[in-house]
Amino acid sequence: MYAKDGEKYFIVDSHMHYWNAAPDNWVKGAEQYAKGWIECFHAYQGLGPADTHWTIEKFQKYSEDDLMKDLFEDGHVDMAIFQPTYLKEWYKEGFNTTERNALMGEKHPGKFIYNTRFDPRDGDPGLEELKRNVERFGSKGVKLYTAEWNTGSRGYKLSDPTTYRFLEAAQNLGIKNIHVHKGPTIWPLDKDAFDVSDVDHAATDFPDLNFIVEHVGLPRIEDFCFMATQEPNVYAGLSVVIGGLMHARPRFFAKVMGELLFWVGEDKMTFGSDYGIWEPKWQVEGFVDWEMPEGEEFADYPRLNAAGKKKILGLNAARLYDIKVPLEYEVPAQAGQPAAQDDAQLVTGT
Amino acid sequence: MTTATDVASAAWAALATVRDPELDEPVTDLGFVASCDVSPDGTARVLLRLPTYFCAPNFAYLMVADAYDAVSAVPGVRSAEVVLEDHFASDPINTGVAARAGFVRSFDGEAVAELDELRAAFLRKAVMAGTDLVCRPLLQAGTAPDALPAMTLRDAPPSTALDRLRRRRAELNLPADDGAPLVIDPATGEGITAERMPLHLRRARVTRAGIEANTGICSGMFRHRYRDREDQ
Repeated sequence: MYAKDGEKYFIVDSHMHYWNAAPDNWVKGAEQYAKGWIECFHAYQGLGPADTHWTIEKFQKYSEDDLMKDLFEDGHVDMAIFQPTYLKEWYKEGFNTTERNALMGEKHPGKFIYNTRFDPRDGDPGLEELKRNVERFGSKGVKLYTAEWNTGSRGYKLSDPTTYRFLEAAQNLGIKNIHVHKGPTIWPLDKDAFDVSDVDHAATDFPDLNFIVEHVGLPRIEDFCFMATQEPNVYAGLSVVIGGLMHARPRFFAKVMGELLFWVGEDKMTFGSDYGIWEPKWQVEGFVDWEMPEGEEFADYPRLNAAGKKKILGLNAARLYDIKVPLEYEVPAQAGQPAAQDDAQLVTGT
Repeated sequence: MTTATDVASAAWAALATVRDPELDEPVTDLGFVASCDVSPDGTARVLLRLPTYFCAPNFAYLMVADAYDAVSAVPGVRSAEVVLEDHFASDPINTGVAARAGFVRSFDGEAVAELDELRAAFLRKAVMAGTDLVCRPLLQAGTAPDALPAMTLRDAPPSTALDRLRRRRAELNLPADDGAPLVIDPATGEGITAERMPLHLRRARVTRAGIEANTGICSGMFRHRYRDREDQ
């Protein structure tokens, strides 16, 4: 919970991790990838305020105490959603598995939601594992990493028939939310790995599932925005947007926020700290204080008021995950309209 | 007499024509050229580096291949060696470019086409972003949005943004002469009608915002990876 200027914010961190990327977890023969991956993540942390930077040693493997303090004591978070990232090609026990998350989270009842994952290239054993995980951890969401390496394959698409089989199975198991991460390699390598058109297809064909595109398709915001305008079940996950831009590039942050508010709307944007990349404290506090800058460049972007910030910081994700929010944090209905509705019709008409 | 230093300067100038296709900026401005040396016998050695170990291998390949072509064409350069360092695909890229193997052969079994369409797709994005850069000041200065469909490239005041937009259009074989429409669909080259103009300008603006934000993140990551370390 965060309170400022008489407003109270219920905070759902809808995208966070508890990983082990220390050398003891590196796969023999793949050390350079395991090392390259965590160093790449660490460089992202460099985009946050200097007093929140960690050493690479802490960053490779932070503790349960670090996480509990950074999220719940200092970071204002009320409920956190674990998003697993397996990467078992490079990390022996996985980078951040459903089991690792739950083993830790179960010591702190009521604080965490455990999302799981699937990989369509795992075939029938993968379907069995998905079923076991949903039953065991009560998952309502999955995190999909389309660029993940898997026995020589450099990625897959959401629109592949094998993926549809998993999406159908997930839906039958009660999964509601599909978090999608686009990454830097995908097969075939001559295609743009960040292309979001496969999400477009899947969102159309699975209208009862929600698709939360993490990092708003960065670096392809334009493709994401145009797609999200046309698909009512596509959401903008703001991890990396707030963490990577708000401090380091405030004017670009304002423009990206302006575009998202225009095309997607404040009802379909969700906050995620991407912890351990960035701590939530400065993100939550900075976002509550944030205002669209003055100036011609920003003049025709929609504005975001306290009600909109409450939705983005927690209420929207609470709705997706059926999290009970005390009445005092709620906003009156109709407090904000998706800014892009008129233009959504314009787009659909072309 | 042409000295090795002159040739090295010319090689550097040639590298300034190589762009990151995704960010649409010269690799020299982005800091991606770690070094460029030419030995007295005319052997050019270029070292490239990128913001992360996992930058997309297709764009990385294009930059290495373009750098190789640009430096090889410099008078006085007899042979060129371009090396990408600190990247998960350094080996296939460096070997493939040196052997002039093309992308498909360099990534045996992992790619089914060369990168021309990928490059063109990003040039079209650059045209969209450039459209915002050129049209926004016009509208701010009082040009009515209704007037844009009838305007030609000649009608826009000279600027570096306009020159750049023309060059990007020319690279795509889209109309880029004085009499060509100012605002075109980069997929077809046809002028944008009044009816389609508001949405087209919105798309141009979001495309520019996306490229700028991406460049901001990439340069921040690059600084963390190399410059901060050197500063210490």
